[in-house]
Amino acid sequence: MSGANLNTQDRQIAMDGRVGEVIEASTSEFTAQCYRLYEAPAIGSLVLCGEDAPTYGIVCEASTQSIDPGRTAIPRGMNADTEAEVLNSNPQIERLLHTKFRAVIVGYRDGSAIRRYPPLSAPRMYSFVRECNTLELADFSSSHDFLATLLNAPMSGQDHVVASFLRHARAAHPDGHAYLVSAGKSLAGALAGQLPRLSGILRSLE
Amino acid sequence: MNGANGRHLEYADGRTPLGMVVSGSLSEGVKVRLDDGVSIEDVKVGTFVSIQGLRNRFLGVLTEIELESTDDGITSAPPDVSSSLMTQVLSGTVAYNTITVEPMLIIGADTMNAAQPAKTIPPHFSRVSMASEEDIQTVFGSEDAGHFYIGNPMDMEVRLCLDIDELIKRSNGVFGKSGTGKTFLTRLLLIGILQHGSASNLIFDMHGEYGWRGSSEHSNEVKGLKQLFSSKVAVFTLDPESARRRGLSTDNEVSIGYDDIEPEDVEILRDTWALSEVAADTAYSLQRKLGKGWLRKFLGYAGGDEFSELAREMNVPHSTLSALRNRLNRLGRFGFITEGKGSNSVNEILNYLQRGMHVVLEFGRYGNNIDAYLLIANLLTRRIHDRYVQLSEQASGDPTQQPRPLVITIEEAHKFLSPAIAKNTIFGNIAREMRKYNVTLLVVDQRPSGIDDEVMSQLGTKIACLLDNERDTDAVLSGVSGSRKLRTVLARLESNRQALVFGHALPMPVVIQTREYGSAESYRELGFVEAAELVKRAKRDVDVLFGPGGC
Repeated sequence: MSGANLNTQDRQIAMDGRVGEVIEASTSEFTAQCYRLYEAPAIGSLVLCGEDAPTYGIVCEASTQSIDPGRTAIPRGMNADTEAEVLNSNPQIERLLHTKFRAVIVGYRDGSAIRRYPPLSAPRMYSFVRECNTLELADFSSSHDFLATLLNAPMSGQDHVVASFLRHARAAHPDGHAYLVSAGKSLAGALAGQLPRLSGILRSLE
Repeated sequence: MNGANGRHLEYADGRTPLGMVVSGSLSEGVKVRLDDGVSIEDVKVGTFVSIQGLRNRFLGVLTEIELESTDDGITSAPPDVSSSLMTQVLSGTVAYNTITVEPMLIIGADTMNAAQPAKTIPPHFSRVSMASEEDIQTVFGSEDAGHFYIGNPMDMEVRLCLDIDELIKRSNGVFGKSGTGKTFLTRLLLIGILQHGSASNLIFDMHGEYGWRGSSEHSNEVKGLKQLFSSKVAVFTLDPESARRRGLSTDNEVSIGYDDIEPEDVEILRDTWALSEVAADTAYSLQRKLGKGWLRKFLGYAGGDEFSELAREMNVPHSTLSALRNRLNRLGRFGFITEGKGSNSVNEILNYLQRGMHVVLEFGRYGNNIDAYLLIANLLTRRIHDRYVQLSEQASGDPTQQPRPLVITIEEAHKFLSPAIAKNTIFGNIAREMRKYNVTLLVVDQRPSGIDDEVMSQLGTKIACLLDNERDTDAVLSGVSGSRKLRTVLARLESNRQALVFGHALPMPVVIQTREYGSAESYRELGFVEAAELVKRAKRDVDVLFGPGGC
């Protein structure tokens, strides 16, 4: 699906769920800044960025921090009774902070086909990033070839990301348990010789 | 076979998939990783397996089933199996199953070529499936005049046939523990030979199982050969009284004269009589010394000095000679032993056999007397064999004059063929010389380890029911390629109506579920026609010949 061919309806769909824009990108991952504070997709969510060559990413990390690296946030609520009171008395806070999230690139769209391995080029800067809807998630997760890419990506809490993704995907499939069994088997192949790790992920899926 | 999700899995050619070849060797068999979804409980040792190589199809036997894992941790710290997800994910991935298949035959791409013994193995990743009915028929042939339906391969409906031509060329054996179905199998083999028509059977029917009626484990009575094929079977008896009591008619009575008994008969009774070798050898010396009628003359010796003098002349201890006489005196207890010469049973039996009939010799009340069985079987067989040797030699220049092939069935065969006596007895000779004189044996036994190795190695086709004694298993499988793996198969047979069959009469070892025998349907399949039906047919023929009411 090329950007030029996107019809109005597609554009509308593309607009739905848009959460931010790419501010840093490589062929293996991208970082996006959210339009709204604290509104990063949940860890393990499947996101899509770009219009010409839509790239799939799985959110592996999210953070909220000061816009200015030289001016880090400081505590402001020592004398406040509630957290809401802190925000009300410091309305500038939302303007001084931003939320970013990092996504591991796990595939891309090639025409109507889904490739479950990284693309040959990195996503463009300022590409829109949106959360995939249930149908797109079900479509992408119907094969598990991307698991190896996800498991080899440098990130902390890798197993947590994998488990979170599978939980999201389970909800997108009509027979969630059968889906988990099938995905679990692919995971068992990718984690050969790492039984405790595999067991940990599976336990967290129960 | 159902997959994990309950789907019925099947290849386009109708074969049920099992897995793929992952390792192996020609000597150890190929290892096959079972597909995820194939339940290990659905695969059984002894079943036929088909492997599709690049150019050829291989047919083999499943010989081993193993549980394996990719991670040692699964044995030292098993995962939590209370979680169904964990169990389902790990099964078929980290914990997987393998089977070992012994490739036996190669079926070339050209189906016109007969199956050849496997001299190579299929490559890695070859697809493995349960053999189809078509595979079995390609290899074992279909039921026809030369192929007798003996049973079904395990868990298959297809009829598995023995090549009767090959079967009767050599001596054969039926082995198995008591109650495992030896008699049923033997009866079927005899019927196969009978229906084939190119050989005659002589059956030493120790327990009255073959001639008239036999017994089965489930129903009380099954038909014997005489009932099914009355015009082709003659029943001889040693005990006419018993036959009369049972309301059976017999074709002939057998009696043996003292003059018919020879030292070789004493030799074969040595073990059961607990005679020393010297005592048994003395019988030969006595025959040389006393000539014709040696036994009658020897038993007629008075005791005392005359007997001591004989012992001195024979150069044997008095006690030895005395022991021999005591044992020989036992013969007098048998009602079928007469003074002088007995009935001309050998000629009568031979006449029947040469006319293409089959002879069953019933022992009646002597059936439980091993002495009587050994004596009669040995004596008659020796004489019949002698006649066959004469006939064969006379016909040596003219193959059309060769005597009709004869298959002699003996039970408790280890008593005739034990290593101590097999070299000297007629049964040992027959087993070793094979079909030279057109006489072969069908040995039926529950202790094959008691049979001489040389004899065992000469048996062409062996049918082994369940054997759990290691020595017996060794004896049956000695000299068979892949015997170590077949041992697993043999030890796992069901205790009834299952048998491992291997040898010349079929192209590869196979576990069979013996065909049914004992129901009216089974008799009909074997060609038996009820009396009422015979009358109806006769009437129809008369009507055709002379018109309705013409006779």
